[in-house]
Amino acid sequence: MTDLARETLVLNMGPHHPSTHGVLRLILELEGEVILRTEPVIGYLHTGFEKEMETRTYHQNIVFPPRIEYLATMIEEHAYVLAVEKLLGVRAPARAETLRIILGELSRIASHLVWLGTSAVDVNVTSMLMYCFNDREHVMDILEMVSGQRMMHGYMRVGGLQWDVPPGFTERVRAFAGDLPGRLDEYERLLTDNLIWRERTEGIAVLSYDDALRYGCTGPIARGSGVNYDVRRAFPYGGYEAYDFDVPLGTRGDSFDRYTVRMEEMRQSRRIILQALDRLAEGPVMVEDRKVALPPRAELVRSMEAVIHQFKLVSEGFHPPAGEVYSAVESPRGEKGYYLVSDGSNQPVRARVRSPSFNNLQALPVMIYRNMVSDVVVAIASIDIVLGDVDR
Amino acid sequence: MIASAAEALARDLAGLAEAEERFRDEVTLLIPRPRLLDALARAREAGFSVLTDLTAVDRLPQQPRFEVVYLVTNYGAPARLRLKVRVEAEDAVVPSAGPVYPGADWLEREVFDMFGIRFSGHPGLTRILMPDDWEGHPLRKDFPLVEEPVHFVGHTPKVPSAIIPKTRRTPPTPP
Repeated sequence: MTDLARETLVLNMGPHHPSTHGVLRLILELEGEVILRTEPVIGYLHTGFEKEMETRTYHQNIVFPPRIEYLATMIEEHAYVLAVEKLLGVRAPARAETLRIILGELSRIASHLVWLGTSAVDVNVTSMLMYCFNDREHVMDILEMVSGQRMMHGYMRVGGLQWDVPPGFTERVRAFAGDLPGRLDEYERLLTDNLIWRERTEGIAVLSYDDALRYGCTGPIARGSGVNYDVRRAFPYGGYEAYDFDVPLGTRGDSFDRYTVRMEEMRQSRRIILQALDRLAEGPVMVEDRKVALPPRAELVRSMEAVIHQFKLVSEGFHPPAGEVYSAVESPRGEKGYYLVSDGSNQPVRARVRSPSFNNLQALPVMIYRNMVSDVVVAIASIDIVLGDVDR
Repeated sequence: MIASAAEALARDLAGLAEAEERFRDEVTLLIPRPRLLDALARAREAGFSVLTDLTAVDRLPQQPRFEVVYLVTNYGAPARLRLKVRVEAEDAVVPSAGPVYPGADWLEREVFDMFGIRFSGHPGLTRILMPDDWEGHPLRKDFPLVEEPVHFVGHTPKVPSAIIPKTRRTPPTPP
């Protein structure tokens, strides 16, 4: 006779499940409602970005990063162009760097707002989604104003930016930054003191400090567990060394700590934006080097040299020296890195995307071990998963 | 500027490494396969407690064909160091880094899936991104990138790489 008390149930969750924030499938082994074993099955969104990037020129590849991870699009573009710039040995002009930081931090706020709205929906605070998407829409408007696109901008260039920001940009950003603290306070009043929210997140999906290191977790998940690592602070890139901001840390590593870390990060992003707006000085937004940057339109009708450079850059692209670089940025999900290998040709031999979501998701089985089935939803939401980034 | 912790570890591992490369302030050590786990364990002891990335490069037509790349990070110091192992296509097996860095599990599955490099000692080396019944390893250089056939008359799909061909800069000849 089988011992019913010891029998386990295998439950399939996903891939089409509204709370998995994409197409993620989990195979859960349950004892009653308690999870004993989790096996995430991924790859449903695998599109072969790395292979595609290896068959196109460095410049053509700029379109891929925002499609890999579609919530913090400007940060993704920043990550890629920084890696190519490192390979080439060029540095964008000061104005371009400051604008990249402003746009990147706006993207971070937008991404965290999506996380806040969707994870609140997962525990049935449905009104949060509308509030957060309303605020995110202001960021989307600013990004559209700058680049012409809401999401897939293609605005950053190797060596700078496509064009300068339009008039009225700083006023729009300042207005948004002025509104933000009040809105965040309101959201925190709604959630932090909310009994249901606290009961659903406190002590749920705990990730210990050691496990965060063992599984290579980065971003708010690692910082929620007390790992003091922020790429902007540890390996400053693109001018971040000159900015003053705090890295919020959690102590218990539970879902609630990740929530407080992200809320504080939005405030810190606003702080960085305000500092950057004060420093934003006039100047070029593209490097002068004609081997990297397209010549301005006005030069094309006057200079044969400019026409040749234009033709060579468009038809063939630039040739970085042979070598390999790894360059990472702090995305809202953690360390987003590009590992590029060049053989001196106009296309990368290897373009590797080090995605934070992939490593963070790997820690999910540890986080939800011996939790309840209903907490899986909270755990996935607190990882802030982007399946496009996991599967690439 | 190369971080001092990376310099210290590079010096410490110099006895294990075959070669050392420096490019754009990054240190890369080429480690022979039998000494890989030893080198990783020493990196971990030296404070490089996180395996940030594990990937591979197909160097076709160069030999040995594959290169498995480990990127370890020291959060405290902050420093990064890259370790590489080269393996032949006929003998593409590398010891699994799982015992030293548990986070290598999925990353090794991805390398197996994309390049067909096996990791000895890995507890469950199966495909992770591609479907289980997929044939071939997509990121190998001899795996063609083709578009799916489109059922339109008169449409000849073009392989993306054919639009802008790969060019190599020829070094200037001395006068």
